[in-house]
Amino acid sequence: MSSAAAVIIAILMLAAALAAATVQKLMHATLSFALALVGVAALFFLLGAEFVGLVLVFVYIGAVAVLIVFTILLTRRDVGNDRDANWGGALLAVAVFGGLTWAILKTQSVAIVAPHIRTLTVKRIGEALMTGYVWPLQCVGLLLTAALIGALVLVMEEKR
Amino acid sequence: MINQSIDGFLHPNVSKFVDQIFVNAKQWLISLLSWLPGAPVWVIQVASSLINIFALLFVFLTLFALMSVLERKILGRIQNRYGPNRVGPFGLLQPVADGIKMLIKEDIVPVRADKLVHFLAPILIAAAAILALGIIPYGRNMTPFTIDGGILFFFAVGSTTELAVFMAGWGSNNKFSMLGAMRAIAQMISYELPLIITVLPVVMVVGSLMPDRIVAAQAGYTFGLVPRWFVFTPWGAAAFILFFVSGLVESNRTPFDVPEGESEIVAGHMTEYSGFKYATFFMAEYIGMFAITGLAATLFLGGWHSPFFVLEFIPSYVWFFAKLSALLFVYIWLRGTLPRTRIDQIMNFAWKFILPMSFACLVAAAVWHYAGRGLRGWLWSFVVIAIIYTALSMLLDTRRKFAPRVYRFAE
Repeated sequence: MSSAAAVIIAILMLAAALAAATVQKLMHATLSFALALVGVAALFFLLGAEFVGLVLVFVYIGAVAVLIVFTILLTRRDVGNDRDANWGGALLAVAVFGGLTWAILKTQSVAIVAPHIRTLTVKRIGEALMTGYVWPLQCVGLLLTAALIGALVLVMEEKR
Repeated sequence: MINQSIDGFLHPNVSKFVDQIFVNAKQWLISLLSWLPGAPVWVIQVASSLINIFALLFVFLTLFALMSVLERKILGRIQNRYGPNRVGPFGLLQPVADGIKMLIKEDIVPVRADKLVHFLAPILIAAAAILALGIIPYGRNMTPFTIDGGILFFFAVGSTTELAVFMAGWGSNNKFSMLGAMRAIAQMISYELPLIITVLPVVMVVGSLMPDRIVAAQAGYTFGLVPRWFVFTPWGAAAFILFFVSGLVESNRTPFDVPEGESEIVAGHMTEYSGFKYATFFMAEYIGMFAITGLAATLFLGGWHSPFFVLEFIPSYVWFFAKLSALLFVYIWLRGTLPRTRIDQIMNFAWKFILPMSFACLVAAAVWHYAGRGLRGWLWSFVVIAIIYTALSMLLDTRRKFAPRVYRFAE
């Protein structure tokens, strides 16, 4: 049953991703993109990694999609009319696809059979973040704080 | 002799039976299904989910209908008038009349609107609101959707509401809609942060993101009298008030209802919606309100636990809905009492007061934990909250004197 669900989700996800790349209206493209991300989250749910799926919904739909939608407000309304093929983008996409495929084929963990992996609980993620990965976590936190302050400085009104 | 009562209280077996009656009814329905020849496991799983979903929808749509009429009645009482009293006894059938009216109204879609987005926005907003209801424990063994990161699920689903509001504003192709959506998103994003940070102390103290565990951690009574709800600790009380205020903003309720305003931006992002789509927005707003008050009751008010030991014979779901109704009554009460705030006041309040105070709750909860969770921890965390509150209020004091407004008229 779960493999059938995985196939259905994957088809929906790919269709949404294709729509995001090809649809004329920017707003529709963004919403398709958000739908594709929901598909990714659903796949994580199916694999038992609920936390990752939820964070994906939280960050990418609650924040990134809203951010993209706000940037659409800064574009022209008739932006869909003057389009031609963006070969640089296509080249980049093919390169990313090739790189990812190569990386996935090279990894060993694909071969691990699912039942041997312990279920991923929030507690285990928290413990891993607080012990083995505490330095990367702190560095990311520092970077994000710096970015936040930088954004505030950029938009602050200059006092005369 | 099942109905016999001991000292005026129900027999323990009877109260247990009444407490678990819905759980047992569901089990019975599923066992009926499993007698079917060749019913695979997934059919039973799907049936179990469907029963949960229909029960949830039934209860909360009824509550929505009830709330819509009670709100108008209570507001009427506060404003010294009758409120709806024509349809049915005490006007109780008013929601039925409203529903019929909404259903037979013409559904108008603007010509220049983005039809698809305009159509999808109310669906998405209602779906998000209803999904959020799924993780709340309504009684003993009565959580519709048990998941490891339940609290996170609530906020992850809630965060899609912003996208839906934006879709409504953009899809309508109307400047009032767009401006209203911008206001709504601005205040929702600003208050989502304190909303989540005020939940963190509870998650930290319990050590779990599961609503069931959070409710279980609040079982029992100190000195056999005061329930061990988090609202009775200093950090819990502060976090509860902050959570409640943030919840008010998230559900666009009255002191913070700037996304709507007849004299400035009509109905905000709902301006171009009519008929049943408008009703869907309305319903989503109320269901979102139920979800956030339900989460407040779960996190701070002990969920379905009873406030007194002697009253434990009353079924758990009755306590949950009693707490929910009390919180909803406060929502209505505030709506009848407070004037509106301006958007800049809302934003200043969020970033300058609520956010630092919610971090203070986090620190106070940590102090409470490391001082031994007893009376000493209580006092220390109270000191932390009091110091930070005083410092903040001194820092934010604008030295503006408040005096009655003087009106000057042309003579």
